[in-house]
Amino acid sequence: MPEPFDAFRIGFAMNTDSLLSMTGIDKRFAGIPALSGASFAVGRGEVHALIGQNGAGKSTLIKVLTGYYKRDAGEVVFDGKPFEVSSPQQAQASGISTIYQEINLVPYRSITENICLGREARRYGLLDWKRMHQEAEALLRRFNVRADVRRPLLEFNTATQQMVAIARAIGFSAKLVIMDEPTSSLDEREVAVLFNVIRQLKQEGVSVVFVSHKLDELYEVCDRVTIMRDGRTVKTAAMNEIDKIGLVSAMLGRAIERAEGHATAFSDRDEKKIGKVLLSAENLAINQIVQDVSFSVRSGEIAGFAGLLGAGRTETARLVFGIDRPRAGTMTFNGHNFNPHKPSDAIAAGMGFCTEDRKSEGIVPDMSVAENMMLALMPKLSKSGVIDEKAQRDIVERFIRQLGIKCSGPDQKVRELSGGNQQKVLLGRWLAMNPRLLILDEPTRGIDIGAKGEIQALIKTLADQGLAVLMISSELEEVIEGADRVFVLREGISVAEFDRDDATEDAVMSAMAHGSAPTIAEAAA
Amino acid sequence: MTRQRLISMLGSYGVVLALLLLVLFGWARYDYFLGFFNITSVLRYNSMFALVALGMCFVIMTGGIDLSVGSTAALGSVVAALASPQGALVGLGAGVGAGLCVGLINAILVTRLKIMPFVATLAMMLAASGTALLLADNQSVSVSYESGFTSIGQDNFLGFPIPAWIAIVAYVVGWIVLNFTSTGRGVLAVGGNEDATRLMGLPADRIKFLVYFASGGLAGLAGVILASQFGAGQPIEGVGWELFAIAAVVVGGTLLTGGVGSVGATLAGVLLLGILFNVLNFENGKGWISLSAYWQSVIRGLFLLVVVILQAKLSSRGSVAVRDY
Amino acid sequence: MTDTARQQRISRPFDPFDFMARYGTLIALALLILFNFAFTRNFATMQTLNVNLTQVCTIVIVAVGMTLVIATGGIDLSVGSLMAISGALAPMIFLGKIVPIDNVALAVAAAMIIAVGVAGLFGLFNGWLIARFRIQPIVATLVLFIAGRGIAQVLTNGNLQTFRVPQFQWIGLGRLFGIPVQVVLMVLLVIAAAWMLKRTVFGRQILAIGGNERAAELSGIAVSRVKLVVYTISGLCAGIAGLVVIAINSSSDANLVGMGMELDAIAAVAVGGTLLSGGKATIIGTLLGAMTIQLVRYTLLANGVPDAAALVVKAGIIVLAVWIQQHGRRA
Repeated sequence: MPEPFDAFRIGFAMNTDSLLSMTGIDKRFAGIPALSGASFAVGRGEVHALIGQNGAGKSTLIKVLTGYYKRDAGEVVFDGKPFEVSSPQQAQASGISTIYQEINLVPYRSITENICLGREARRYGLLDWKRMHQEAEALLRRFNVRADVRRPLLEFNTATQQMVAIARAIGFSAKLVIMDEPTSSLDEREVAVLFNVIRQLKQEGVSVVFVSHKLDELYEVCDRVTIMRDGRTVKTAAMNEIDKIGLVSAMLGRAIERAEGHATAFSDRDEKKIGKVLLSAENLAINQIVQDVSFSVRSGEIAGFAGLLGAGRTETARLVFGIDRPRAGTMTFNGHNFNPHKPSDAIAAGMGFCTEDRKSEGIVPDMSVAENMMLALMPKLSKSGVIDEKAQRDIVERFIRQLGIKCSGPDQKVRELSGGNQQKVLLGRWLAMNPRLLILDEPTRGIDIGAKGEIQALIKTLADQGLAVLMISSELEEVIEGADRVFVLREGISVAEFDRDDATEDAVMSAMAHGSAPTIAEAAA
Repeated sequence: MTRQRLISMLGSYGVVLALLLLVLFGWARYDYFLGFFNITSVLRYNSMFALVALGMCFVIMTGGIDLSVGSTAALGSVVAALASPQGALVGLGAGVGAGLCVGLINAILVTRLKIMPFVATLAMMLAASGTALLLADNQSVSVSYESGFTSIGQDNFLGFPIPAWIAIVAYVVGWIVLNFTSTGRGVLAVGGNEDATRLMGLPADRIKFLVYFASGGLAGLAGVILASQFGAGQPIEGVGWELFAIAAVVVGGTLLTGGVGSVGATLAGVLLLGILFNVLNFENGKGWISLSAYWQSVIRGLFLLVVVILQAKLSSRGSVAVRDY
Repeated sequence: MTDTARQQRISRPFDPFDFMARYGTLIALALLILFNFAFTRNFATMQTLNVNLTQVCTIVIVAVGMTLVIATGGIDLSVGSLMAISGALAPMIFLGKIVPIDNVALAVAAAMIIAVGVAGLFGLFNGWLIARFRIQPIVATLVLFIAGRGIAQVLTNGNLQTFRVPQFQWIGLGRLFGIPVQVVLMVLLVIAAAWMLKRTVFGRQILAIGGNERAAELSGIAVSRVKLVVYTISGLCAGIAGLVVIAINSSSDANLVGMGMELDAIAAVAVGGTLLSGGKATIIGTLLGAMTIQLVRYTLLANGVPDAAALVVKAGIIVLAVWIQQHGRRA
């Protein structure tokens, strides 16, 4: 359980001149809490980091603040006054500008328009392009960006686009600028420029909320940090009072010295059942997200990918499954060179891939359980193109039983099922193919506790039967207790590999935070 | 980068270049091609299409489509003809008003009931056409010749056909709105990325509402010219106008997915397709070949084909003609 | 979303929109028939049935192909023009305008196969544009919507082709066991397509692509190939419908054959309950939808309402059907 904590008190204790304070914020979506009693305070001229796992509630908190969502409960005080806004437009007018994670600009329009849309300069009632161009140029110059502001945004690289987004936010003479992962698409030099701008803003008395998963950056530019987990703000601290391990453990909700015993349904596995290497990948690279990743998976083994958000785990899996093509690196599968061009190549070789995003890449919502489960196997189960209904029904019913899928029958629409049961249907889709390797990306995300344990036990059974499993999970205990080997990815590079016995929480967390096992000095600190 | 720019320049000015080449070709080959009579009759006739295409251009720039413009023009022509005995201006107002009514319903269906533009305007195409036939009792409605209504379509002003003047004014206004008002820039922003536009705090629904409303009004205006030019309200005219307009807009380099577009290039697109037909007529007149009038739709289709394939290739390469001011 | 919330939604109470989205068309059709029995004179006659069936036939044949296209999340605007092409080509062949063929049966067979085949090839061309260049279906098929009719007009030079060839006109005027041949043809097509959509791998793949193209691709489905085939089928259906129309009329006018057919077909599909965004399709629904629209028109005409007003009513029906569907899904 998180320790009792009052951001409001700490906020005033640290910064008597508070710009923003949010207390007791609740937000529910269709009855499910996304924020429960979250608190957040930012002082004037302060750079405040906001971190947390995927689904911890950072984005929701930001969207509540900017009026994109309406909060269900709680108070917001901004600039000394109660703050009630119902649209991003109003928030902008009140002095809060936001740079969203996915660059929310209009690619076909010019840089000038993207910076000035919504507060255009006018002359005789018509737009004054000359003045707007000058303004855009002047704003960009602060970031050392020189670009033809008349050209459409899409002609520029991502870093410039990011700078344009920031210029837009600052151009609104904001008192508070929210940056949601602004550095994810920037290289080192560009990050340095951005940090200069943040320091400049700070000097001008502008506050910045900085969301990032790159822990090093936080120490470089932030004054304080607030950590979120499960819709709550669990900790606020000055950056110089908390180390990286402290950040990671607060994010994951694990104390370093935690009690023995299992938190997941993975029980210990018999090492002898693990066979030969089935898939090995060397030095895979595609772009900044995947720079240099090497790993292998053996038959009957569960290999785990650990890492923070944006470490390149999903992107690596996509390379293996032929969705994207790597720029560099080699793969072998079953002893042969493996170079898939499209997913059906990987499927033909004997792979299955349960994607992280069940809704947009997994289920076909309007189809039945049976149809979803048979989607990949169907061609093999047909006689000259006609589906063998009986054989299909037998298989589906067997999997519904084996996987314990709760549904009214094979004909129920899959969108009516719970997340856990949808996941089991997708598992069934691949298991029906009798694959040799199964890639599971966040197999238990968004699934309630009971179904979670069932799926974990299932994965273990499958591995015991000789299936190779590559499991990506953001839940540390799932990787540590479930995987026979853990590969840690950090900023696109595979930085560490642990056997089951060495994969302790401190070791893995430390690799996620620092990129290597902790030194003695750090462990002592 | 230079190569990319070259391609995008070609995207911007390709249609203008093609238009110039076609005019040069016509001038070199046919005696009366650039004669006063030919020029004015081409402009007089195509001004109706130009108005419809202008409205379509704005709708498409928001990422939508308006399939009802042809029937709306037919309805406008009938209503204008029926009202024409009350005076030329009443006829004009009634025709435009009928168009605005159709536009209003389209706007409500799209922005309030959230029905796909394609379906909503398809339904309004049927409804407008049915209303026009009902009002006209299934036949042409002749206009009043006493009230001066016909001069809207048939007379000249400063030696230039009045319909052409109307189209020119409409395009100048359209150009100013697109390039020098925040609503105009909002149109392009909504089509480029509707979510981002909302997050930027622009009134996306109001912008969409306005373009459908305006498209209806312009189609109604085209109907007024139709009635006045041919002396009768024509309930069965306008079939296929929407597709001519879409083709002209696309040939003019406006992306059908929205977000990119130009008023000037749309006009060039209309003229290009219109003059193509004109050239075919001259060619047949020379008697060397006898290409029937039917070739025009084949050639229009081919034009459209080349343009959409080029657009697909350009946008997949991430370089699209954008600048228009 | 947690399990409990989901479960609650499963056992949700009666939802009028959902109910209407499911059974609205059927109910409307039943009400229309009852109304006509009560108020329309001479409704319960074979002749009325035949008139209505004949008029709805070509729409249904085209709408079957359209349903499949829409099921993948696409649209085909070119069907009317493809009807014109097939309708222009067939008489040219069996009248021997291209190559004289002495044997009438052979000439008619060649005419049918070639005309429908060419329409299918144009459909394939649509599919190629959509799959290869990723052009939006509405634009890609617009090309042939414009050019297709032009091609038909150029082929015939815009002239009316009249003919009296009973062997050919059998498909429009003949009868099998007392039932018009075209109705038999329509029923066969409907059954075949409904069966394919339900029972074959291909049908399943069509729905999967329309329901979630990413998921379909990740499950190893050859998305481009399926799209190519679907647009080809739509072209073939349009080709067949073109033959039926000219057979009934004993003449082929490239300017008129299939005019506005794309709208009628789309309307039938929408009213029939197929999602216009793809992923959920019912061929039987399309049949019912076409019959409903036809019967509304017939009812209005038979009771003295002008044809033009029927158009306005049709527009209302389309908007209502789509609105109910969207609402039913959102709830």
